[in-house]
This record gives sequence, structure tokens and C-alpha cells, in this order.
Amino acid sequence: MEITPLGDSALVVRVRNQFEDAPEQTSNEVLRALRQIEDARIPGVIELAPAYTTVAVFFDPLRVMDDAARVDHVIELLTQKIHEALSRGGRRKQRDKGTRLIEIPVCYEAEFALDLEQVSRQRQIDPNEVVDLHRAAHYRVSCIGFTPGFPFLSGLHKRLATPRRSIPRKEIPAGSVAIGGVQTGIYPMKSPGGWNIIGRTPLRLFNPQKDPPALLRPGDRVRFRAITREEFDRAAN
Amino acid sequence: LKIDITRAGFLTSVQDLGRFGFREFGVSVGGALDSHALRVANLLVGNAESAAGLEITLGGLRLRFVDDRIVAWCGGEFDARLGSTSLAAGHAALVRAGQELMFNQPKVGCRCWLGISGEIDVPIVLGSRSTDLRTNFGGFDGRALRDGDEIALGKNSKHAQSLVDLLREQRISPWSPPHDWSSPAQREPILRVMRGSDWNRFNDVTIQRFMNEVFMVSPDSDRMGVRLEGIELKQNHDIDLISEAVAPGTIQVPPGGKPIVLLGDCQTIGGYPKIAHVIGVDLPIAAQLRVGDRIRFCEVSLAEAHHLLAERDRDLAEFRVGIELHVR
Repeated sequence: MEITPLGDSALVVRVRNQFEDAPEQTSNEVLRALRQIEDARIPGVIELAPAYTTVAVFFDPLRVMDDAARVDHVIELLTQKIHEALSRGGRRKQRDKGTRLIEIPVCYEAEFALDLEQVSRQRQIDPNEVVDLHRAAHYRVSCIGFTPGFPFLSGLHKRLATPRRSIPRKEIPAGSVAIGGVQTGIYPMKSPGGWNIIGRTPLRLFNPQKDPPALLRPGDRVRFRAITREEFDRAAN
Repeated sequence: LKIDITRAGFLTSVQDLGRFGFREFGVSVGGALDSHALRVANLLVGNAESAAGLEITLGGLRLRFVDDRIVAWCGGEFDARLGSTSLAAGHAALVRAGQELMFNQPKVGCRCWLGISGEIDVPIVLGSRSTDLRTNFGGFDGRALRDGDEIALGKNSKHAQSLVDLLREQRISPWSPPHDWSSPAQREPILRVMRGSDWNRFNDVTIQRFMNEVFMVSPDSDRMGVRLEGIELKQNHDIDLISEAVAPGTIQVPPGGKPIVLLGDCQTIGGYPKIAHVIGVDLPIAAQLRVGDRIRFCEVSLAEAHHLLAERDRDLAEFRVGIELHVR
């Protein structure tokens, strides 16, 4: 695995070069690498951040070495320790305990589905079928980012892949479920954004008063369940 | 145990050294954009280095004190006044109950950090007292300060109390840290950078120009990043990159070719090419950039970046000892 610096206080471990050719396998490998590096408890490492094909390792360069005079060996030493962690085979066969299945209720009714017509027209699929295809699929969180708690979900039905809007919206309501290219995602809070909105969930995806603060984490499996407007209101209160 | 915000100014927020451990969930590190400046200000007032202080942007701030406190600030070239007395960066000062501390517009730079003895007492959210202004949580009510706010303070530490006694006569400490620590702002700074993972996506001519030409800070810069105007940095081939981690200091180049230097409130992941990274010790300079400033880049090695960090750490350790001696 290639390990490259991200500035002077982070390294990026590239687990695979591609994602779309094998999303499931790539996610598994990234999560495995994440756990292996976590378990190694390397001195000086502050936190890890997984993305589609990579694990970023953030560290304090002055805490990696016991002896600050040898600061020019920091990268060498860290890289070696990460490689050691990754080659530890012991946990490879272990079932990934991190994989949870989370069901997310979504109201796809017109009031919330601001771009459903647009997606339907572009993809030439009846709006009801768009909804059916969207809720029938099995998704996986490949990454969290953009805003706190925003899950990038892989597994969208190919027929639903829709480019982002050419002019992003200035304000998207919290809970909006949207399609951006080959991915689908959920806006945890009111924010600007360019994805096509097809529904809304009453669930709160990010709550800074909780630890962990996000409903979802990388690797989670996700299913959507269609709910009515009444159910939405009841759940939201 | 509080201070009154008579005037909140352009943008003032509560910040500490940042929020770590939650990037996995998309939470920015945030915190003081110049953590070194906040550390030094805290040391000067007898606080823990990690204590929460105020980040002041472009001035306009007026604070009224209701009890005796030690204050110190570091950052851009602000005109700070304690009543009618001017208070230079990097000096500890005794503020008496009823006195007002004022920050006018800076001549150079745009931000400074104010340490107040007893530290600012806001709840810890996700391990930090910093305000996440993008997502509106942490700090004081998850937002920038407003006129009329009352901010809770903790008790003066023993160290701060001895400073209060020590400065009763002279009011402002004669001691201060090295000048470039307390005032990193420059009009035409050179930012030292190391290569980013996408450096090779740009041809030699583009790289040459990136290293030699002047870039100007554009108006739409904020705590997320400094946007730059100048020559267009064109890639050899436009390709879609898979999003991965970015960090404060990362210089990314969106399709338009105008580079952005990311700062503390930046997103945790990004999909634009990373041409270079501002090294850790120069982030304080990046944190001072304001509209119209002209900057240039200069390449250093990763080993050099680490040496500079180690050197600064040693200097800071010496300064800590020096401060102890004054109070003893």
C-alpha cells in the first residue's frame, strides 16, 4: 500500500486506487486497514479518517519520537509502523464487527422531493419507479464528510445516476435525501448543496451533544423505508 | 465571573486549540487558526495553554470587565487599548473591574487571539470549547459573539492571581515573547510549502509559475480557506479524483485553476488536486491573510518542516520557563 504525506502532520494510506469497480471490497479493505492501524496504537497518532480508498493518519510530529532531535526520522518510523500494522494478519479473518444495518425512514412525497420530477425527466423513469428503485437498493456508507454527519452512500441503482444540478441550491433543508452522480446521500443540516433532492428523513443525522455525534459511520449498511407525510410528522415531533 | 461584550465587532468567536477525534464523522478541527498565538496568550495570563480564548477578526471589539483579570493578545497588528493606554501584542496586562478593553481595525493582518485569565467558561462539546461556525455548535451558543453578550469566566488560577499582585503597580508586563511570535502578520509574506500528492499532475511550467508568481488574496476568503487570484494553475489532464482527507494548510486547485489554502474550518475530505501544503509553522502567517494581500510560495522539504516545528517547540518550552521565573 502506498503511503504519502498530507502536509507535515498527516499521512495518507492508499488502500486501493479505484472505488467504483469494486465498492464493497474497497470499503471492506479500507475498514480493515483502519482497524489494523487503530489497534497498533502508534505513539503520536491523534486520529484516523477513512475515505473511499484511503485512511488518513493524523499525528503530532513531535510526539512520534521520544527524542525530538531525531525529528527527521518521523515519517520513516511512522511509515514502518503503519506497514507493520497492516501486515498483521490476525484480524483479517475476523468478521467486521463495525458493520451495522441502519434503516432510515424517508418521506418521498412531493413537498419534500424537490427534484423528483427533474430526476424522472432526465432519467426517463416514472417518478414512482424512481422512488421504488431508490428504496429497494442496499446501500453502504463509503465516507462521511462535506458537512458533519453527511453520509456518501454507494449502491445507488445505475438507472438513477443523475448529475448534480448545474446551479447548486443556496439552502437545502435538513434531512433531505438526494442523488449526486452515482451516489446518494442525506443532508444532516440546513446547508447549500447541488444534489438532486428526492425525499426527506425525520431522523437527526448529526447531534454534537452525542458521542458518536453522527447516526452513521463509514462501513454501515443502509436501507431506506418509505413513510407517509403523517408518519414523518409523528417521527419529527 | 464574566465579561460583557459591549461591541462584538466584525467576527469574534470562542476558540481553543481545536476539536480532535471526530474527523471520521466529518467534524472540522476548527479552533484558533493560529494555535501558537493562543498558546502564547494563555501562557502570558497564567492559563493552561489549551484554554479557550477569543479569536478576533478585523477588530471592532469592546469588552467590559467586572473583576480583575490578566489579559494578553497575539496576532495581527491591531491597535488594542485599555482605557486610554495602548496595549501591545505579547504583553500581559492587568485589567481592573469596570475597565474596557478595545480592539480597533488592524493595520496588517486580520486576526488576533485574546487570552483572559480564568479562561472562558463555555461547555465542552465533542472534546472542545471551540465554536464550529459552519455547523453552529460549541463555543458560545454555537455562534459568533453579539453586542450585549455576557461570557462566563472561570476563576483566576494561582499563577494568574500572582500576576494580578505583581502587575498592580506597573499594569503592563515588561516581558513579552519574541516579536514574530506575537505578530506574524505581513503584507507580502512568503508561505513555505511542501509538495502535495498531486504536484505531478501539473506541468513544469505551471509548477515554476506556482513557485515564482505572486498570488492575491480574494474577498471570498474565510475560516474555511484563503482563496487566491493570480495565474491559472492548469492540470496536465483534468481527471476526477476520488475524495480523500484534506487538512488545514492543504492547497487545493479546483477546476478554475485558482488555488485555495485551507484553514481550520475546512471540510474533512475533498476531491480537488492537492498541489502543495503550507507547513505547520507557517499556518500562523496564512491565518493573517486578508483581501488584497500579496503572497508567494517557497518550497521546503518535509524534514525541514519537522525541524522548524521542533525548533519552535523548544523555543516555546524555554518561554514557559521564562514566564515561571517572572512570577516567582
